[in-house]
Amino acid sequence: MTDPNSLSPLDLETPDKTFLDANELVINMGPQHPATHGVLRVILRLDGEKVMGLECVIGYLHRGVEKIAENRTYTMFNPYVDRMDYVAAVSNGLGYCEAVEKLLSVEAPPRAQYIRVILTELNRIASHQLWLGTHALDIGAITPLFYTFRDREEILKIFEKYCGARLTTHAFRIGGLQYETYDGFEKDVKNFLTFFAPKIDEYEELLTTNRIWLERTKGVGTISGPDAIALGVTGPVLRASGVKWDIRKALPYANYKNFDFEIPTGQNGDTYDRYLVRMAEMRQSCRIIEQAVAGIPEGPIMAKVPKVMKPPVGEIYHSIEAPKGELGYFIVSDGSTQPYRIRVRPPSFVNLQALDVMCRGQLVADVIAVIGTLDIVLGEVDR
Amino acid sequence: MHEFIQYVQSYLDSDKTPGGAGNIFWAVVYIMLVFGGLSVAVIAMNWLERKILAHMQVRLGPMRVGPHGLLQPIADAIKLLLKEDIIPAEADKLVFWIAPFIVVLAAFTVFVVVPFGPTHAITDMNIGILFMLGVSSLSVLGIVTAGWASNSHYPLIGALRSSAQMVSYEVAMGLAVVSVILMTSLHGLGFYGVGGAGTANTGTLSMIGIVQAQQEQGVWFIFKFFPLGLIAFAIFAIAMVAETNRAPFDLPEAESELTAGFHTEYSGFRWSLFFLAEYSAMIAVSSIAVTLWLGGWLHPFPGVHGPAVAIPHFWPPTEQSAPGGALDLVFALFPGITFLFFAAICFYNTARMPKHPLFKIQTMGLAAFGAVLGVIGLILFVPAVRDRVGDIFWFTAKVAGFMYLYIWYRGTFPRYRFDQLMKVGWKILLPTGLGVLILTATAAFVEPPIEEWLRRVL
Repeated sequence: MTDPNSLSPLDLETPDKTFLDANELVINMGPQHPATHGVLRVILRLDGEKVMGLECVIGYLHRGVEKIAENRTYTMFNPYVDRMDYVAAVSNGLGYCEAVEKLLSVEAPPRAQYIRVILTELNRIASHQLWLGTHALDIGAITPLFYTFRDREEILKIFEKYCGARLTTHAFRIGGLQYETYDGFEKDVKNFLTFFAPKIDEYEELLTTNRIWLERTKGVGTISGPDAIALGVTGPVLRASGVKWDIRKALPYANYKNFDFEIPTGQNGDTYDRYLVRMAEMRQSCRIIEQAVAGIPEGPIMAKVPKVMKPPVGEIYHSIEAPKGELGYFIVSDGSTQPYRIRVRPPSFVNLQALDVMCRGQLVADVIAVIGTLDIVLGEVDR
Repeated sequence: MHEFIQYVQSYLDSDKTPGGAGNIFWAVVYIMLVFGGLSVAVIAMNWLERKILAHMQVRLGPMRVGPHGLLQPIADAIKLLLKEDIIPAEADKLVFWIAPFIVVLAAFTVFVVVPFGPTHAITDMNIGILFMLGVSSLSVLGIVTAGWASNSHYPLIGALRSSAQMVSYEVAMGLAVVSVILMTSLHGLGFYGVGGAGTANTGTLSMIGIVQAQQEQGVWFIFKFFPLGLIAFAIFAIAMVAETNRAPFDLPEAESELTAGFHTEYSGFRWSLFFLAEYSAMIAVSSIAVTLWLGGWLHPFPGVHGPAVAIPHFWPPTEQSAPGGALDLVFALFPGITFLFFAAICFYNTARMPKHPLFKIQTMGLAAFGAVLGVIGLILFVPAVRDRVGDIFWFTAKVAGFMYLYIWYRGTFPRYRFDQLMKVGWKILLPTGLGVLILTATAAFVEPPIEEWLRRVL
């Protein structure tokens, strides 16, 4: 792959050389399209079926989340972050709460941190399940979708029992947790782990050695490690390219340093490796949850946080490893009850940049596969 | 009037197809029966596909319209007919209008030569299989025109994919068919080593002739020259999925890539014509496969009759049945048993329906459906009926097996990419087909002397 900085931007006016000097096709894929995962619009320039270049048009789901933050207090803004990456709302909340806690120089009590880890890792599994189902659906395997949704339901039930919401959970508060765990929480989580372990094998049975799946994913959408770093790609996409970078290990937050887990990586940086990495991540998440459930300490769940939060003047950047990559919050405080500016570094938005590099020279069908494998959520891309 | 009745009756005495007997009245009756049966089959297939796929995917499928969603396809059909028929402003109106009819015509016309039984076909052509392959490949014309006339990019790409796909898979398909034609000209020992006393004939392209050749040789061609027949069948079975644009080869209408492929711009009635054509094309190619490799209307083990027993006859008491083999009796009773089995499933599910006044009509409907199936099953036990319908039953059952396979594929496989599809077609199926053809010809050449030698030795 070429150096991403040398790639010329897509110029729709001046056509490149095509096979047999055929006419170029410019195809508009989206924003209403079954495989663009929401309202992504991709303008494809095609030579027959070969992609000569593409351009993403985003903003169809823009709600001005960052601007809204400037007119809300720190506490009031907390539920809004759930609406960015709505399939991994718990991770969003964790990132925001920890960032504000850092700004306030408070730390959540250990019990709260353990429960946070459990819920976040459950959410990571749920997010990967949704990715797997839709990714397989894009490639034409319609059945895994229903299997993953069936099992994701068990996670959502735990969320619902814990905080009443299934998707936009607003599970965490600045300084700890709002709710103590319900009776039987630990049993539910343990039951889920025993229920879910064989299900991962079931998914793998359907896909991992499926010949068509291998042909559709091996060598498709390849991106090298240096390219990925240059483009700012993070998360499973980066790790599949062989870069062992996981913020849970590199810059431990919450109390991930207390848990024993591995960072799965790939070598080729193709769609198949990204698939394997995410499958392995689900298993690792199960390991983390297992350790966390076994070791939940007793104690308070809320740190001493002032009712009216007025963080000192200053700025803070805090990032966590969301299911899709590095989710960072940059918060500037002017000492008032409202943040002066909040900038979110959404993993989907940055990863989406790599789409052009990954798709040039491939076929239309590969574009679909690559959009699926990048695991974008448009709510997070557009914010 | 008397002459007319004689004209109608004269056909019944002949043992030919209506086309072969040149009887226009019966030809029209058969055409209407086939056309009606096909429409019913497509409707049933629609329901079955949704139900079977749903159960593979841990969900229920249609459950609301009628008991277990039995009336869902009818509701869908009404919806489609009432929908606005949109023709894009930039479309080539005439071609856009004609395209679905070409596809439907091609899909329906092939059924002229499909043999549901030795006499149950509209006509028997001496070039039957050629006719079928030729006419069914006409549908690509309709697909290309549909994609082109829509004047839109997605349909255009879909149409291009479709034409490339159908043209390249037809080659492999043709090679597999030719190896069967070679087999018809022989009187082999067959896989079972039974029968085989037929005379060596010159081979045939007629659909009925091909089945009769299997009957004479006492073997389904899938087992002939094992494993050559099986490989040829496998090639055909793969190519026919590609030919009908079904998963995993459903690139022309790849939903996640091209929204709906060549029929993206079609709506309402015109769209339903494509739908109709797709399913009847599936039935058509399946019936080719059944005819060529799976013995058409023959029941399993065509050469085995079992110990002779006098077939008992309960009703009508006057009719005398000739004594036959025990296995023949079992196979003759099979259709009735199948329908009774389906009826039993219906009654079992009726008993499981929720006991709530809201479900009363649905419960009664399901029971009535089961009752109808049961009555049909009982009628099928009547010797006079079962002798005439047995052929159709076996043929339909085999085709239904293929339909199940189609649904199963769809539930299991991801979709091939276009270049991989071409690779499979040209680099795997085509050479294999050529190899099988050459080996079949060789086997055909050396078989008679070997058989002669075996006869002398044994």
